[in-house]
Amino acid sequence: MTGEEIQFFFYDLCQFLLNGIAQGSIYALIALGYTMVYGIIKLINFAHGEFYMIGAFIGYYICRYLISVDMDPALALLIGLPLAMIGSGTIAVIVEKLVYRPIRGHGRITPLITALGASLFFQYLGQGTVGAEPKAFPSLISSDGIGFFDDNIFISYVQILIMALTLLIMTFLWWLVTHTKIGKAMRATSYNRNAAELMGIDTDKVISFTFFLGASLAGATGVLVGMYYNTVEPMMGLIPGLKAFIAAVLGGIGIIPGAALGGLVLGIAENLVVGFWISTYRDAVAFAILILILLIKPAGLLGKNVKEKV
Amino acid sequence: MNLEYIAHLAAISGIFIILAVSLNLINGICGELSLGHAGFWAVGAYVGGAYGVFMPLPIPDFMNLFISCGLGFVGAALAGLVIGVPCLRLRGDYLAIATLGFGEIIRIIIMNMDIVGGPRGLTGIPKWTNLPLLYFIIALTVIFMANLIRGTHGRAIISIREDEIAADCMGIYTFKYKTLAFVIGAGFAGVAGALYAHYQEFISPNSFTFMWSVIILIMVILGGLGSISGSIAGAIILTVLPELLRFFGETISQWRMLIYSVLLIVLMLARPKGIFGKKEFNPLALFQKKGTNS
Repeated sequence: MTGEEIQFFFYDLCQFLLNGIAQGSIYALIALGYTMVYGIIKLINFAHGEFYMIGAFIGYYICRYLISVDMDPALALLIGLPLAMIGSGTIAVIVEKLVYRPIRGHGRITPLITALGASLFFQYLGQGTVGAEPKAFPSLISSDGIGFFDDNIFISYVQILIMALTLLIMTFLWWLVTHTKIGKAMRATSYNRNAAELMGIDTDKVISFTFFLGASLAGATGVLVGMYYNTVEPMMGLIPGLKAFIAAVLGGIGIIPGAALGGLVLGIAENLVVGFWISTYRDAVAFAILILILLIKPAGLLGKNVKEKV
Repeated sequence: MNLEYIAHLAAISGIFIILAVSLNLINGICGELSLGHAGFWAVGAYVGGAYGVFMPLPIPDFMNLFISCGLGFVGAALAGLVIGVPCLRLRGDYLAIATLGFGEIIRIIIMNMDIVGGPRGLTGIPKWTNLPLLYFIIALTVIFMANLIRGTHGRAIISIREDEIAADCMGIYTFKYKTLAFVIGAGFAGVAGALYAHYQEFISPNSFTFMWSVIILIMVILGGLGSISGSIAGAIILTVLPELLRFFGETISQWRMLIYSVLLIVLMLARPKGIFGKKEFNPLALFQKKGTNS
């Protein structure tokens, strides 16, 4: 390779790494919800991708309305984002109360199927009410960005916003789990639910809170992704939901920093494959990573192996 | 509702009966949760379809169909072996995720194979499947499964579901039997795939998405995990029900998938063990005297 080729290779590498980190932040935010719910009630909540879709749609309608009444787009985002978080969080709590709570303790397969049913329900409810065709998300912040090295490496403002918000949310979550009373209750519940209950913790409330928190993060991600790709549609939750789930397993399901790590690794790996290999293998790589990690270190990158007891 | 339409429904339910019965062997009888069944279905469909397109022997159609089904079985069983040997060391949820991943990988690999049409799908597959042949193969599958469960190997497989550690302690080579159940289940999914390819005359990778693995699993669970007759019932109900909802007018038809998902959730809340539970419905027992049936 000549010097120039090496230079361009370097630019490409940096660009794909940056895209990967932005994509990985999205996965990480969704994965957090998966991992928290799994950590607490050992349920793979397949409907989690749909909470992300619901958040995106709430954000879409609110922002579209606010912009139509001539509000500043940035202000619309500031109002739309928290409302989307509250909206999808509330729906998650309702789903948990109505559907997941009655079958808690029915083994593993029943809750899994119920979660799949809930996921299907929201997908088709979305298709039935708002229609299957993709909708254009209003552009809330400038699609411009910052270029480095004569614009060979480019970061858009949306990407910066995504990464900054992810960092902020992660820090907040870390603080919440380690430094507050409800965080302590969450940790206790995930460690041993019966013992936590005997210690006077209202575990039902803790579980509801966990669902709310996880789904509100997913809802926020939905709005961010809507801005990133400019579209929202009822089926948008399916693939990112699966990917985020892979990210959660990759980092070690049930472990909060693991979700962040897994999301970043997955996002970067995917973008490198798209950049330097065949882009159609993008999804296959995600699953291949998943299977490799399951075979080499089944508990995930940050997990500890637990011996099965009789 | 005309006769052709009923025949079509019967054929599609038939293919799903094989899929559900074969998944029942893995999920219900061996107790290993697999979410990648559509992947094996796809392997069988593509192997069988490719045989029909590229090198059909100059023999009667029904013999060609049997060869195609055999090839589909072998192809899917090999895929099952390749996937099963590493994955079956995992347990519970992790196995479910790994099989889900492999199912998707199979689909993506097919999508990148130009020789079988890639994302455009494989066209021009000869139509060899007809209802009598299909139901003959279904009967063979069901009889095979029923006999497998009642024999030595079947008892060993059931013991893994009941308590893997206890089975291990009793000297059952659990890994071997888990792989056996997985490979046979995958193989029959391949047979269903070959039948499907020769019925539809066209297959594309998008017909074998993760959603279909889920729907087949739902059929098995609706009927009752571990019950062969339950799987058959589940496959028929879930194929016919969405079609029936079409006849309740435009509005219901639009919302039928929604109704279907609500029914699923309600079923899980009201009767999580499925319609049949683990029981079997044996039509022959009706003709036997009480106490003589085993």
